[in-house]
Amino acid sequence: MNLYSYIFRRLLYVVPVLLGVCLIIFVIFNVVAPDPAFILLGRHATIEQIATLHRELGMDRPFIVQYIDIVKSAFTFDFGYSWSSKQQIWEMIKAGAGPSLTITLPLFILSNVLSISIALLVAFYRGKLIDKVVLLVSIAMMSIPSLAYILFGQWFFAAYLGWFEIAGYEPGFPNFIPYTLLPVLLYVAISWGPETRFYRSVILDEVYQDYVRTARAKGVSELSVMFKHVLKNAMIPILTQIILQIPFLILGLLLAESFFSIPGLGGIIIKAINTSDFPVIKAMTILSAIGFILFGVITDVLYTVVDPRMRLK
Amino acid sequence: MTTATSETLTLNKSETKKAPKSLWRHAFHTIVSDKLACVSLVIVAVYFLVAILTFLGVLAADWNVEVGSAYAAPSMDNIFGTDFLGRSVFLKTIKGTETAVAIGLATAAIALIIGTTLGAVAGYFGGIVDEVIVWFYTTFSAIPFIMLLVSIAFIMGKGTSTVFISLGITSWVGLCRVVRGEVMKHKDREYTHAATAIGAGHTRKIFKHILPNISHVLIINFSLTFESAIKAEVILSYLGLGVQGRPSWGTMIDDSKLELARGVWWQLGAATFAMFVIVLAFNILGDALRDALDPKLKGK
Repeated sequence: MNLYSYIFRRLLYVVPVLLGVCLIIFVIFNVVAPDPAFILLGRHATIEQIATLHRELGMDRPFIVQYIDIVKSAFTFDFGYSWSSKQQIWEMIKAGAGPSLTITLPLFILSNVLSISIALLVAFYRGKLIDKVVLLVSIAMMSIPSLAYILFGQWFFAAYLGWFEIAGYEPGFPNFIPYTLLPVLLYVAISWGPETRFYRSVILDEVYQDYVRTARAKGVSELSVMFKHVLKNAMIPILTQIILQIPFLILGLLLAESFFSIPGLGGIIIKAINTSDFPVIKAMTILSAIGFILFGVITDVLYTVVDPRMRLK
Repeated sequence: MTTATSETLTLNKSETKKAPKSLWRHAFHTIVSDKLACVSLVIVAVYFLVAILTFLGVLAADWNVEVGSAYAAPSMDNIFGTDFLGRSVFLKTIKGTETAVAIGLATAAIALIIGTTLGAVAGYFGGIVDEVIVWFYTTFSAIPFIMLLVSIAFIMGKGTSTVFISLGITSWVGLCRVVRGEVMKHKDREYTHAATAIGAGHTRKIFKHILPNISHVLIINFSLTFESAIKAEVILSYLGLGVQGRPSWGTMIDDSKLELARGVWWQLGAATFAMFVIVLAFNILGDALRDALDPKLKGK
């Protein structure tokens, strides 16, 4: 099968998955969810008020029409208006994406570079003391809930020691750095544990393969084995892990953003949950799912480029 | 000629006697010889014991009682200090163990039931059934965990059962995928064909024959789901969707966001430490279990 027909087939499979995502969102918010009239109008609404609201929100229409609406929004990105701020949701998302990226992008680069290089280092010294210590520290670090990192970090480093800004945000390139520095560093600490552990095990999976033994047997130096043979083959799972993080870059950091008052998408989601803003939660769920599906396709296609054996399957 | 045959027979017999250790025996020996895993096992056992004792009301039954002034710092009387109502943070932490273990068990059990059933059915029957189930879990996993968790918890409203159910129905996909793959491998093994030959039905073959053979996958996954559920509860608590009416480590951590500004760190410290120890123990135990039970790594 050639590459293009593979890509085409893979893209074709996106459609049922996307329809499924819309179905889940539809079931959760349009079928199972409590009537939004109670949220929007309060306890003492009259029957007429509720009926008018249902008409305004399109809830009096048959379920199938409501479902098609959700599917349509997934393709047109027209998610309607927020219930609480009355703004157009797509505009809110566009405004929030920038600030979110100012934390997630440096975080993405920093944490991956750091954990891959440490994973390579400990894989090189596998079984030695440094390997065991790094493994234990990474497991210990991933055993602390992320909220504890944020709470403690913000209080200790920003409020108590005064090294960083406690909260706030300023748009524009160098201006935002003092505000985003601490959340980025905290999230590097949060993600360092699981990532280092994952990359280490991926690299170790390759280290014990026969071709590595062959390379050693013919006298290739250990350094060259690591970088030329092991890393190249470990690249497939590493690439997957990296690419599948990308959709989350746009989603922002759910917890950190509201703590550090960064006007990003994570903060929008938290606010939407606190104010029962259905359309915003729906929109963010659909968008993040679309991102996840598309980047899934990209990884699969990259696989076949990197490793032609995959295409035959 | 006869002697030769009997010789081979005895040889075979002695071979089977010291035959490769069974998977579970091997696993037991690996874990016992691993000191770190042993300690973790003891820690997990202690936590479970504490949880059972608090559940029975033997321990920390009076967590809701005022024992001192509000926000008293840790002292000899109250080793972890007190909270905003003057309740002992130590007793709350102990009581929180019950909540945490309940959440871990309930979530892991729900995920286990859904994941195993769907995975086994998909892998065993294949064809259109398989395709539908694969579509279902691909769809499910396309929505980021946190968004799905929040959406489900959000529409279910506050309450302890919300925490159980929302965590349970967002944690089964990984297991389902693995079980499906394993069942696919096992349904063409000889022992399954043998079961067919003696007239075993589908249900019997899946539950009596195949599942016991892949139980190591289920156990490893159980420990993984258990610890991640305990951690995820913190996020739900932060969003106001957590456990109500009784202390949990998540709500304690969440409470401390207002306390830290006054220098009250002990509630955060106590809850984080309690959670850290059991999650770390589960992580180490999970790794040891995987090393011990994964046949691919066996003997390495």
